Amino acid sequence: MSEVRHMDTRTDLAIRMRGVTKIFGNAPEEALALLREGVSKSEVQARTNQVVGLDDVSLDIEKGQIFVVMGLSGSGKSTLIRHVNRLIDPTGGEIVVNGIDVLRMTQPELRTFRRTEIAMVFQKFGLLPHRTVLDNVAYGLEVRGVAKKQRLEEAAKWVEIVGLAGYEHSRTRQLSGGQQQRVGLARALAMDTDIILMDEAFSALDPLIRSGMQDQLIQLQKDLNKTILFITHDFDEALKIGNRIAVLKDGSLQQVGKPEDIVLKPANEHIEEFVRDVNKARAIHVRSIMERGVTEPCEQAVSIDARCEDVLPLFADHKWVGVLDADGQQVGRVTARQVIMALAKHTPPPLAA
Amino acid sequence: MFPEFIDTRPLRRAVDDGLNWVVGHWSGALEAAASPLAILLNALERLLIGTPWWLIAALLAGIAFLATRRWQLPLFVVLSMLFLGVMNLWQDAMTTMALMIAATLTAIVISIPVGVWMSRSRAVRQVATPLLDLMQTMPSFVYLIPTVMIFGPGKIPALIATIVYAAPPLVRLTDLGLRSVDPAVMEASRAFGSSPGQRLLGVQIPLALPTILAGINQTTMMALAMVVIASMIGAGGLGYQVLQGIGRLEVSRGLFAGLGIVALAIIFDRITQSFGKQLQTRIGLSEGRT
Repeated sequence: MSEVRHMDTRTDLAIRMRGVTKIFGNAPEEALALLREGVSKSEVQARTNQVVGLDDVSLDIEKGQIFVVMGLSGSGKSTLIRHVNRLIDPTGGEIVVNGIDVLRMTQPELRTFRRTEIAMVFQKFGLLPHRTVLDNVAYGLEVRGVAKKQRLEEAAKWVEIVGLAGYEHSRTRQLSGGQQQRVGLARALAMDTDIILMDEAFSALDPLIRSGMQDQLIQLQKDLNKTILFITHDFDEALKIGNRIAVLKDGSLQQVGKPEDIVLKPANEHIEEFVRDVNKARAIHVRSIMERGVTEPCEQAVSIDARCEDVLPLFADHKWVGVLDADGQQVGRVTARQVIMALAKHTPPPLAA
Repeated sequence: MFPEFIDTRPLRRAVDDGLNWVVGHWSGALEAAASPLAILLNALERLLIGTPWWLIAALLAGIAFLATRRWQLPLFVVLSMLFLGVMNLWQDAMTTMALMIAATLTAIVISIPVGVWMSRSRAVRQVATPLLDLMQTMPSFVYLIPTVMIFGPGKIPALIATIVYAAPPLVRLTDLGLRSVDPAVMEASRAFGSSPGQRLLGVQIPLALPTILAGINQTTMMALAMVVIASMIGAGGLGYQVLQGIGRLEVSRGLFAGLGIVALAIIFDRITQSFGKQLQTRIGLSEGRT
């Protein structure tokens, strides 16, 4: 046992979950025992009248990445994220955040942990309607006990960064949905924690605003290098922002991997269903199809993080498009033909007429 | 006829003897315990009667303006005060107002903590709810008689009876208001590491305040509804005038005093309601949820 623990305490992990199981109901032990025996979830539910929320979920979330948990409603994704800061207590399993066992914390320790190490953004915003935007953004710092002048200065900074300058003294209910979620995001960012939990943070927003918020989140993550655990039911959103994606169904993990792995090698039928309608050009990275090596410099170039959809428009005027690494050095190149081949390969043929 | 299964006379005698024993042994202690109430009521009454009538009219009109931001209610306040003065009911009206305010203040001090406690514990709620039902439905004479036996006729039993009758709606609405605070907001507060006290004072009570204010409004109204009964055991005031009007078959006396009670009720109802609405707009609840 100690050997296992030793192996698992990797310092580059922000969040580690092992065998986390959650059973909702008044007699979870019985249901847990049945689950451990290998009885199916629906069977357990029928026999014990307890609802299985999460079933033996194990996840490793590395520092500095956007980790997306994707699932349909009822898949347990919101339950999962609430385990990380123990808004929900698991029935069984192990949760370690920044190297600390969350489940062993006493109430005061848990409060300190929530005040200093982890911030959260909610689908329904969860803003305080009786306070101004500025006071809402400062709320987490206020709970932490930061002096008024300091926390308002800090809050004002973040209000500006999320693009709400001028709204500091508005009431939150006067704002649009997108603006309210910016307040929620600023409130979390103002905490300056290494880990941010985002529970369907953009799901309540309309598509254009959502897309803008996604871009802003990716930019913020690059600038601040936070670990973000992001929950969504939208596969396109997961592909766009996720460094890694975990797919959850009926409370158990179906597949964990890089976005491309999930699109190109779906582990089962359930994931295939998602993948069928997905925009492949967004999922496939240029780096996975490019011709590596030193070549003559190209007139047009994209970053190594670019996806097929980013290079496609460039082929109108260029035969070759270069691929640059983070330092701006050209490390490879790609042609329209390679992109088209990759897309064709992974697009299922149309149904026979 | 319902057949007699058991003899209930010993039970009744036990209750009566028990009360007599309490009166005999405890009335001094109970009176001492209730003395803060007497001090509060007497101070309020002296203050209201000692203040010049025009100052009270002006203050009430000012509060009415602050609450509604319109001229109608202040005008009504001034006319009502003039009516009470002209009809020679001023002092009675002040006595009634003192009783009402003392009962409301006491009810606030007791009810809000009880409401908070109820909102946090299902067990407390299960015990308190039938008790509150009892307090509201039990005919007031039933508990008036023992209170009069203990404290003697006068203002104290009147005040206690008024509090018993007027406090329940505030307890209920405090409990309801605290429990119906948006759970998403409560969860967000929890996620940022707030302590239960920080959540209660910083989130729950501010957001429940409109509902709590509606409870205070109910309490003032119910306190005014008790004034006639309270005057039967020596509270005096407008209720006493109504009572005398009935006793002497002087319809006019009862009518004018009755109108005075109605005027006070309208004034305090509108003032507390308007403050509630103001608060709601400030919190933004009345703008519709998004």
